[in-house]
Amino acid sequence: MSASVDFQLQLYRTMVTIRHFEERVKFLFLEGIMPGTIHQYQGQEAVATGVCAALRADDVITSTHRPHGHAIAKGLTVESIMHELFGKTTGCCRGKGGSMHLGDLEKGMVPAIAIVGGGIPVATGIGLAFNMKQEPRVAVCFMGDGATNEGTFHESINMGAIWSLPVVYVIENNLYGASTPISQTAKVAHLADRACAYGILGVTVDGNDVLAVYHAAREAVERARAGDGPTLLEAVTYRITGHSRRDPCLYQPEEERKQALEREPLCRFATALLAAGVDQVVLDAIMAEVDAEIEAAVRSAIAAPDPRPEDALDGVFV
Amino acid sequence: MAHLSIAEALRQGLREEMARDERVFCIGEDIGIPGGWGGAFTVTLGLEQEFRARMIDTPISEAGFFGAALGAALMGLRPVADVQYSDFLFCAMDQIVNQIGVMRYMSGGKVTVPLVMRAPVGATGRGAQHARNPEAIFYGVPGIKIVCPATAYDAKGLLKAAIRDDNPVLMFEHKSLYGSKGARAESGALDASSDIPDDDYIVPIGKGIVRREGGDVTVIANLLMMHRALQAAEELAAEGISAEVIDPRSLVPFDWELVEQSVRKTGYAVVVEEGPRTGGIGADIAATLAERCCDYLLAPVARVASPDIPVPFAPPMEDYYRPDAARITRTVRQLRDALPA
Repeated sequence: MSASVDFQLQLYRTMVTIRHFEERVKFLFLEGIMPGTIHQYQGQEAVATGVCAALRADDVITSTHRPHGHAIAKGLTVESIMHELFGKTTGCCRGKGGSMHLGDLEKGMVPAIAIVGGGIPVATGIGLAFNMKQEPRVAVCFMGDGATNEGTFHESINMGAIWSLPVVYVIENNLYGASTPISQTAKVAHLADRACAYGILGVTVDGNDVLAVYHAAREAVERARAGDGPTLLEAVTYRITGHSRRDPCLYQPEEERKQALEREPLCRFATALLAAGVDQVVLDAIMAEVDAEIEAAVRSAIAAPDPRPEDALDGVFV
Repeated sequence: MAHLSIAEALRQGLREEMARDERVFCIGEDIGIPGGWGGAFTVTLGLEQEFRARMIDTPISEAGFFGAALGAALMGLRPVADVQYSDFLFCAMDQIVNQIGVMRYMSGGKVTVPLVMRAPVGATGRGAQHARNPEAIFYGVPGIKIVCPATAYDAKGLLKAAIRDDNPVLMFEHKSLYGSKGARAESGALDASSDIPDDDYIVPIGKGIVRREGGDVTVIANLLMMHRALQAAEELAAEGISAEVIDPRSLVPFDWELVEQSVRKTGYAVVVEEGPRTGGIGADIAATLAERCCDYLLAPVARVASPDIPVPFAPPMEDYYRPDAARITRTVRQLRDALPA
């Protein structure tokens, strides 16, 4: 399978958007302008980008406490996300969700579920609904490596398997659950090996290679849409930023970190695009457009009025 | 007009709602196996013959299927998730409290979660882990409505209202009130059957009912305790004390107006619940009545509840644990005796 240059440039744009969004947010946060906490996605851009590129607009994803990248890749606007991070009613969750609960069902993203493993049953139920309604749609469940040790992982993937649901379970293995290395919490060589416990296909892919992720996701999505059931897709990646705000990552060994930065997905993809004949000018232009979009979102978010405190009381029940 | 048990009325309600709306489906353990039980208490018995594709039998995976019900609800279906014993709700606690209860809110009110959860409660000779009355634990969880039917009429009407509601609704049902038959019959069961109208009806969520009118004391009780309260009221009547028995039917939202109206009339209130006393529903009702109508109360609100212990097995201990009519009558007498005539 090969991908057209235009398509690859779309992937590149998404990855740049995520990276620059995250860098800008980090800065805003460290400046003390942005409220709350943040779990950032730098280094993992190829996973959300590659997987979501394999989806249709009406396919649905569930996300985690680290949802910024998923939201951008699934088509939420930078503006609606930035406004949400600032807690404005103009945000994608009207200021009620914040960084860890980004989502917009109209864009096919359930408000992100920030309890580790909490989204796996929900994605399974979305797949169940697609089957019951006989709609040719697919659910994708993003989870971190840490979620594979939650009970819901077992309960849900088993259900997805026995009912042949159109679900792709995507493990973003960034090698750390907060500060604990996955080697300390799992005995298997590849987390995708756990698929055999459910009688489904497990695939491990280089999660820092956006095209590899895309192709693996596309196969899994096609299997799901064809009624051939779920896939456990492990994308091995690396978190090049802290787990959450102000985490200096002292637990990541220097050599490991150095190697990971060499494999970092965005530079790697840019290098590949240049090698394939894409002009640097084209990449620069994309970056400039993305940055302008992000800056506009920051300005409008800061300018947007805060919610009225008593708005907190709305929206519990219909 | 048919005369049905709670189990039969719930089954009829499910059948009618599934026939009326193809988005409604049931999901749970042992609910639709041909030749099986129809759930732990026969409520779904036979429904699989009519609605095979909408009776989803699950593995023993409570967190898994409660979360799956949420996912399906987000996609526009209207699941009825069935747990065999309310004690098992704790296996799904994250899904119920952190996901189902907050999903609409954290979306900024953009998504709806039309989801019904059914859970049997009550100490019935099974020891500590198939016996709880966990209503109070969920009473303080935002985002979930709670209903507790004591009669077959209310069971069907509240179930239908819950299925048509666009919010998560948790329905507690009492094992001793189902009227389950055959191998699933409960020993010591009470008759909670009702005449069920032929026409479609609902019982609105949030509306209580006066089960017995009286002028001397208000007794607030639901589920099995409502029946014990009626028994107590009968005994008290023989002593010349006229007790008004109020069945709130819903815990969330709570029909404060109905209770307050009664307390303003009687001046005395006794709250009866089968769950433990500390942190119980009774504590909140007492506090709220103190806030709302303190001037009308002639004595502090009294609570009849279980002691703060796990449910014991041995029948004499279980009988001691679970409030009964005698404890209610004793409490009413003490309440009134405490005042100078």
